[in-house]
Amino acid sequence: MTAPVLEVRDLVKVYGEGDARVRALRGVSLTVERGDYVAIMGASGSGKSTLMNILGCLDVPSSGSYLIDGTDVGALNEGQLAVLRNRKIGFVFQSFNLIPRMSALANVELPMAYGGVGAAERRARALAALDQVGLAGRVRHEPNELSGGQQQRVAVARALVTSPALLLADEPTGNLDTESTGDVLEIFDRLSASGGTIVIITHEDDVAAHAKRVIRLVDGRIVEDRPRIPAGGRPLRPASGTAVAAGAGAEKDAETTG
Amino acid sequence: MSPFEILRFALRGLAANKLRSFLTTLGILIGVAAVILLVAFGEGASQGIQQSIQRLGANTLTISASFSGGGGGGGGFGAGGGARQQQGPRTQARQLTLDDARALADPAQAPSVRSVSPVVTANSAAAVYEGASHTVSQLVGTYPSYFEATNKPVEDGTYFVNDDVLAARKVMVIGRTVAEALFGAVDPVGRQVSVSGVPFTVVGVLKESGSSGMQDADDIAIAPLPAVQQSLTGFGPLGSIIVQATGADTTETAQAEVTALLNQRHGITPTGTADYRILNQATLQETVSSTIGIFTTLLGAVAAISLLVGGIGITNIMLVTVTERTREIGIRKAIGAPRSAILGQFLVESTVLSLVGGLAGLLVAFIGTRFTVAGIEPVLVPSSIVLALGVSVGIGLFFGSYPANRAAKLRPIQALRHE
Repeated sequence: MTAPVLEVRDLVKVYGEGDARVRALRGVSLTVERGDYVAIMGASGSGKSTLMNILGCLDVPSSGSYLIDGTDVGALNEGQLAVLRNRKIGFVFQSFNLIPRMSALANVELPMAYGGVGAAERRARALAALDQVGLAGRVRHEPNELSGGQQQRVAVARALVTSPALLLADEPTGNLDTESTGDVLEIFDRLSASGGTIVIITHEDDVAAHAKRVIRLVDGRIVEDRPRIPAGGRPLRPASGTAVAAGAGAEKDAETTG
Repeated sequence: MSPFEILRFALRGLAANKLRSFLTTLGILIGVAAVILLVAFGEGASQGIQQSIQRLGANTLTISASFSGGGGGGGGFGAGGGARQQQGPRTQARQLTLDDARALADPAQAPSVRSVSPVVTANSAAAVYEGASHTVSQLVGTYPSYFEATNKPVEDGTYFVNDDVLAARKVMVIGRTVAEALFGAVDPVGRQVSVSGVPFTVVGVLKESGSSGMQDADDIAIAPLPAVQQSLTGFGPLGSIIVQATGADTTETAQAEVTALLNQRHGITPTGTADYRILNQATLQETVSSTIGIFTTLLGAVAAISLLVGGIGITNIMLVTVTERTREIGIRKAIGAPRSAILGQFLVESTVLSLVGGLAGLLVAFIGTRFTVAGIEPVLVPSSIVLALGVSVGIGLFFGSYPANRAAKLRPIQALRHE
C-alpha cells in the first residue's frame, strides 16, 4: 500500500472575525488508509461537518495540511480542485442534493459528463451504478418523483459512479427512515467489503456500528479514535470514562490502527 | 465536457422556466425587429423618393425663370397669356425665351448638352370627348425630345415628331389617367379631343408611371409647343427649359455651360443675382437621400435603444436565474464541475436567449416588410440584418457574462449553504 488515501495534519478552521470568532476545528490530525471505513461522530457544533467539507474539498482550512492520495490539496488551483472532486471524491449529502428536474439517470451521469466520459460509456456506467443501488427500474424518474430513501440511493450511485478513491458521506441517513437507512448502509457495507474507502459522519450509534473505526470529535478536537470491536456487529457503546481516557491519548495526533 | 453537453445543460435550464425565457426573448425580439423594420422603412422611403425623382428624367436640368415680384415661372394661364409678354423696356429680370432654348441647343457652345426641350404648361385645361370631360392637370407644350429627357415613354400609338412641331399640328400624347377618364375602354389613339374648344388628335398614350406623392404623374397631356401656344397659352415666355446632359457624369459640366450661356444672354454679371433657376436632378437626389439617410439613422438609433433595453432584461433575468440556482451550482461544483463548465452553461443560456430573440425578430421583420405602410414599400437592408443579429448575440455574451461569472466564482460550500 502506497500513500494513505487521506492524510490530515493540524487542521484548523476559524470562522468570523474578532468577537464573532468561532474555532470550528482546533488542530485535527487524521490518517485514513485504503479500504478503511471510518465513522466520525460528535454532537452538533463539534466541527464534524466542517471537517467533512474540508475533506471533500468544498471548503478550505485556515491552516494545516491535507493530502489526498499523496496530493497536497492546498497547493492545487481551482481547476485542479474541480478535477480532484470529480475523480477522487464521491460526496453524499444529508439533504441528497440531487439536481431537480433531471432524471435519476441524468443526475448519475452528471459527474461523468464533467469528467469527460463519452456518452455511451457514461450511460452504461450510470445504469450499472443505479442497478447496484437497486434503482434499475426508476432511472427515468425525477427527484421529486422519488422517495427520500430512493433519492439518497441515487445520490450514492452518483457518488460511486466515478469509482472515487474516497467516499465521503455527511449524515447520509439523517433524513431517512429506518428501512431506507438500512438500504443505504447495506450499500456502504458492500462497498467496504469490496475494498472501498469510506468516511461517514453520523451521530447515530447504529450507523457507526457499521464502521471499522470510530472517531469522536468534541469542540473541534479528536477525543477518541479506536477500532470498533470487530465481533458480532453489536453497536459500539463505550463507557464515557473509557472514551475520555482513550481520547486523551489520541487528542493531538491520532494514528491509525485499522 | 463537450460544447454540445454545455448547450444541452443550457437548453435544459431555459426550458425549466419557459415563460420567463419567452418574455426575455421578447425584449430582444422587439429590439431586433424594430431595428430591421425601421431601417427597412427608411430605406424604402428613400428609394421611393429617389424613384419619383428619377421619374422626372435622368441627367436633366430644369431651368425655370426666377424673378422677384413676377407671376412665377408657370408660363401664363389660359389663352390670355399673350398679354403678359415682357418685350418692352428691358427690365432686370428676363423671361426664358425660345431663343434661349435655341442657344442652349448649340453644340458648339454647350457640348455637354444632348437635347433641349422648351416647355410651356397650361394648368387645368378642360378636355372633352363625346360628352366626357376631364380637367387635365398638366397640359405641356414642348418638343419631342421632352419624352426622352423626362422619361415618359409612349405605350400605345406614337410620339409626335419634329414635323408636327414645325407645322404646329394639333396632336397630343395623353397620360393613362386622362385616357381612362375620357375614353374608358375605348382606344384613344386617332380620336379627337377638344381642349378649351380646340380640337387635338390623340396620337399616343403614355406608359403608366404611377403617382408620386400628391401629384398624379399620369394626369398629363403633351402636345407640340407651337400648337399649345397658338391655342392655349399664347406666344409668351417659356415656362421652363428642360436640358438633358449627354451622360450622368456630364450633368455638372452641362450645368456650368448652361449657366454661362444664360448669364451672357441675360446680362447677368458674376456678382448679380441670376433671373433663372437651374434644378439639377442629381443634386436634388443627393440632397434628398442624405436627408432621408439622417432620418433612417435616427430611427435606427431609437430602435437600437430598445435592443439595449432588451439586453439589460437578459442581465436581469440571468442574475435572478443564478441566484435561484445557486444551490444547484454548488451541487455541480461539489461533484467536480470545472469553472469553465458553469461559466459556459450560463453564457450559453443568455446567448441562446438573445439569439433566439434575434432570429424571431428577424422573422417578424421579414413579415413586417411584406406590408406597405403609408405608401412606403420597405426595403430590407442586408447590413442592418447582419448588424442586428450580430449585436443581439453580442448582447447575450456581454450582458450574460456578469451573471455567469458570478455563478462560476461561487465557492462550492457557500453555494451549497445557500437557501
